[in-house]
Amino acid sequence: MSGPLTLFDKPNSYIGKSVPRPDARRLVEGRGKYVDDLQLPRMLHAAFVRSPHAHAEIGNIDTAEATTLPGVIAVFTADDLADHVSPYVGVLTHLQGLRSPPQSPLAADRARWQGEPVVMIVAQSRAIAEDACELVDIDFEPLETVCDAGTALQDDAPVIHGEFDSNLAWQRTVDAGHVDDAFARNDVTVIEREFIFGRHTGVTLEPRASVVEYDPSEAVLTYHYSGQAPHMMQAILAKHLGLLEENVHIVARDVGGSFGIKIHTYGDDVATAAAAKILARPVKFIADRTESFVSDIHARDHTVRGRLAVDAEGKIAALEIDNLTGIGPYSMYPRTSAIECNQILNLTGAPYAIENYRARGTVVFQNKNMMCQYRAVGHPVAMAVADGLLEEAAHEIGMDVVDIRRRNLFADNAYPINSAAGMKFDDLSHQKALEKLVRFMDYEALREDQAAAQKQNIYRGIGLVSMVEVTNPSPMFYGIGGAPISAQDGASVRLDAAGAPHVSASITEQGQGTNTIIAQIAAGVFGVDIDRVKVTTGDTATTPYGGGTWASRGAGIGGEAVLQASHALKQQVLDVAGVILQARSDQLDIVDGQVVDIEIGTQRISLADLGKIVYYRGNELPADVTPELIATRHYRVTDFPFVFTNGAMAAHVEIDVETGFVTVLNFWAVEDCGRVINPKLVDEQIRGGVVQGIGGALYEECIYSPDGQLQNASMADYLVPMAAEMPDIHIAHIETPTKTSVLGAKGAGEAGTGGAPAAVMNAVNDALRPLNASIHQMPMTPQRILKALGKV
Amino acid sequence: MKAAEFDYLRPSNLGAALDLLANESADVQILAGGQSLMPMMNFRLAQPELLVDLNGLEELQFIRQTDSHIQIGSMTRYCELETSSLIQQHVPLLSIALPHIAHSAIRNRGTIGGSTALADPAAEMPALLIALNATIVTRSREGQRSTEASKFFLGLYETALDSGELIESISIPKSTTGSACGFYELARRHGDYAMAGVAVTAQRTDPINDARVVFFAISDRAIRAETVENHLNGLSELTEEGLENARKEIDKLDFHGDLNAEVSTKRHLAKVVFKRAIEEMMR
Ligand SMILES: Cc1cc2nc3c(=O)[nH]c(=O)nc-3n(C[C@H](O)[C@H](O)[C@H](O)COP(=O)(O)OP(=O)(O)OC[C@H]3O[C@@H](n4cnc5c(N)ncnc54)[C@H](O)[C@@H]3O)c2cc1C
Repeated sequence: MSGPLTLFDKPNSYIGKSVPRPDARRLVEGRGKYVDDLQLPRMLHAAFVRSPHAHAEIGNIDTAEATTLPGVIAVFTADDLADHVSPYVGVLTHLQGLRSPPQSPLAADRARWQGEPVVMIVAQSRAIAEDACELVDIDFEPLETVCDAGTALQDDAPVIHGEFDSNLAWQRTVDAGHVDDAFARNDVTVIEREFIFGRHTGVTLEPRASVVEYDPSEAVLTYHYSGQAPHMMQAILAKHLGLLEENVHIVARDVGGSFGIKIHTYGDDVATAAAAKILARPVKFIADRTESFVSDIHARDHTVRGRLAVDAEGKIAALEIDNLTGIGPYSMYPRTSAIECNQILNLTGAPYAIENYRARGTVVFQNKNMMCQYRAVGHPVAMAVADGLLEEAAHEIGMDVVDIRRRNLFADNAYPINSAAGMKFDDLSHQKALEKLVRFMDYEALREDQAAAQKQNIYRGIGLVSMVEVTNPSPMFYGIGGAPISAQDGASVRLDAAGAPHVSASITEQGQGTNTIIAQIAAGVFGVDIDRVKVTTGDTATTPYGGGTWASRGAGIGGEAVLQASHALKQQVLDVAGVILQARSDQLDIVDGQVVDIEIGTQRISLADLGKIVYYRGNELPADVTPELIATRHYRVTDFPFVFTNGAMAAHVEIDVETGFVTVLNFWAVEDCGRVINPKLVDEQIRGGVVQGIGGALYEECIYSPDGQLQNASMADYLVPMAAEMPDIHIAHIETPTKTSVLGAKGAGEAGTGGAPAAVMNAVNDALRPLNASIHQMPMTPQRILKALGKV
Repeated sequence: MKAAEFDYLRPSNLGAALDLLANESADVQILAGGQSLMPMMNFRLAQPELLVDLNGLEELQFIRQTDSHIQIGSMTRYCELETSSLIQQHVPLLSIALPHIAHSAIRNRGTIGGSTALADPAAEMPALLIALNATIVTRSREGQRSTEASKFFLGLYETALDSGELIESISIPKSTTGSACGFYELARRHGDYAMAGVAVTAQRTDPINDARVVFFAISDRAIRAETVENHLNGLSELTEEGLENARKEIDKLDFHGDLNAEVSTKRHLAKVVFKRAIEEMMR
């Protein structure tokens, strides 16, 4: 039988091979096409006056001087845009009770975070626009701020939104089993810790960028977009600018990283679109690094109190967590800012068989930049809390940290199974991953090294994490709650007259290699050399409808659509070939661009010749044969809300106990993302993710003053992890394909970011343990470690 | 992040540059490697009306020796110092410390004069120059003058440079037999400004004398700790007691905290870097 079922064994399949990225040379040669590269006729440039205060009444705005500066074309305040942009509200109905007030692109009467855009200047150059920004005079009346999430719900806290009675945005409780009874048992040891996860942000190489054109003659708006969800942006801009959805054209060419940062609705981007529409001229807005830090979404910022009860054998009796998070003054539109908290409630302890689980989440408004979904939403918090408590418990009862995991991880033959929080799991391999990790890192040897080093007062530590990752989400993630976010994706594959397949797909490429795996799947399934495959993504005018690439869904969902569409095109080609060759199509196959006999392998007709007959010399075909050499397929996950993956990771660290400096000596990851389409790309996704995870664990933090001023809004002061400090990151795989698709691919994009912080934190605490010190606050800076050691 | 409007001139000889600097009616700034000034201009923290670019002045780009000194033109770039055999041979402290200043890309442009003029409290160069007992040679249209490094750095981004004056060169005594040095800094990531750092020099005679201990990144400027030096001078060998006495003096220095380290952390780290630099010096 030909077709997808034997696809993975075919000699010319590209699936499972480390195919180099076809776009690598273009990008390395500097021929990438980014939004800022666009120079359109009559194009203008936007810059924003942002609130210098975290909380302030906005009085008179004097724009007279700015307006008359030569080169300034227009100045907009919230009032000026009110008739052009309808307000948006970042809530989803399935997150019951979540509230957030209407938000407009520019702050109207009150500014609620430092960096909130207040006035937009549109000028002939960005430099002139910035000159004009300095001439705008705004009467701010500073108000008392609420910055610390911990005090936001106190009775005397100022309420950020007059229409609400408090700063509470959302609350949820999960309660499974009999938690109180389990904690009350007299045969359990209870561990309790408070974990603090600092705010950080995703620092993309290419900042947020928009060039927007509007053609009033056709009422068409074209938005050149650097992001990961073109169709979502289409729906949002149409709705809030009052346009027909089909008249909003979103085009994303190359995207210089996104990490979830560029998937939200930002006031400055929307205002840019509104200005382009009002002025009927193209307007460019490229966020600079400083404004990126104060306006790109931040993430994490969670405090979690956690309690874990284990019996003498290390079996988990109960887990309870209480999560508090501050999300800035609004819930971000349209994905909301409650998802991270929700994920933490859903995922904490998820790798383990736990019957008694209680989790409470509280989401509050505060006067800081907005918080929303960034790579590995909630995972680093959930994994660090559960595995942090578990390793502490192991030490408390004198058990090895590997053994305690063996005892509690779901058995590999337990699936399908539901977690205490109600997550549905299938096709996972926790035990196998852990065993592979232990061998891979040579756990025993590291323990021996640790003991020997300690004798010389060298403090090394080993930390592990067992994790799950939410991937391939179904409509249960966003669509169910009313967001214009598609959970299905589509791909069209067509054959041109020269015999080359062209794929257009609704998933997006923002640097991770989506276009490469699309080409691999199409070439392998269809049967041509990968160099012949042309891929288009990121354009709402030419791709099928779909969600884009986020939540580790590109390969798993979009890849399956490509597989199905390529297979369908192949059938169409073979049907035509059967007519031309007077053969049975089920005895033909396509290999290396040639239609061949399956049995004897002889070449019968090339795709190029077939294309010529179909397109140029249709007279040679019977009249009743009307070939359709184009196929479109869509795919969504139906049987599960999410397709989970699992992994096990470990960090090896050394701490200079005089300085508090942590060196990550080595890192290992064993990941089961189902079918690996391109090992090199998957490995680099995991490595990049681990580096971001190490960033969160040791370096990255948006440091705010008590009155809501971001103190380190520059690349000199916000410490992204850099190559010199990174360890070797060793990666191994287990492949348990998901049964939900033929391709069998789950996501791999976020695992490293989700798991690494827990492993590093556990390793640090392992190293500190002989000194009776511990730390559960990230980033684990030298100063915090010195404090944990009682040295400062 | 676009600089405000400014005029730009690139004189081709020192006299012309000094004439431009003498213009008191305009806010004139010198452009050297631009590694600090360009970001400050783009952040609009600096808004000069006129930039005088010294990059065309070959007369400020040299590393020379006299019998007793090494002289370095102010427009000499870090990368040139790093690869100079004269520096390696006669100013070993600079050679040890240079790789800690920023990253190679920045060292390819940044100049010794720029760093000296900027007087960033966390920068290495001011501390190194004080530890090396260097002399800063400055020039204006009125003529040349020399200032000891220890009298040049007056405070946060503040130096003894007068208006209309530029740094022409820096003169550093050659190290002699018996002179020893140590350098240690703690930076969160390689190439970052330090959380705390120190440069030490001394004559390793018996007893130790002429010790110089200069901290950076702990206060509002590079600070020479003479009270600490007093505990080193006169010691025949480094004893734990001697070091402990020296460390007690470190406690009394004027610490200023920053984002990475509050005062108590700076104080602790100053003692750690001191110990490690001394160990290196005595090795
Ligand atoms: C990412 C990054 C990391 C860095 N890390 C470090 C670090 O770890 N340690 C460190 O010390 N520095 C660091 N720097 C700063 C760098 O060393 C600068 O190059 C240096 O401080 C200034 O030298 P410059 O030649 O670039 O001067 P410029 O930036 O051109 O000028 C700096 C100032 O000095 C004035 N000036 C320049 N030359 C003269 C002169 N001859 N006479 C009088 N005034 C003059 C200018 O007018 C200006 O005010 C870093 C910079 C960057 C961008």
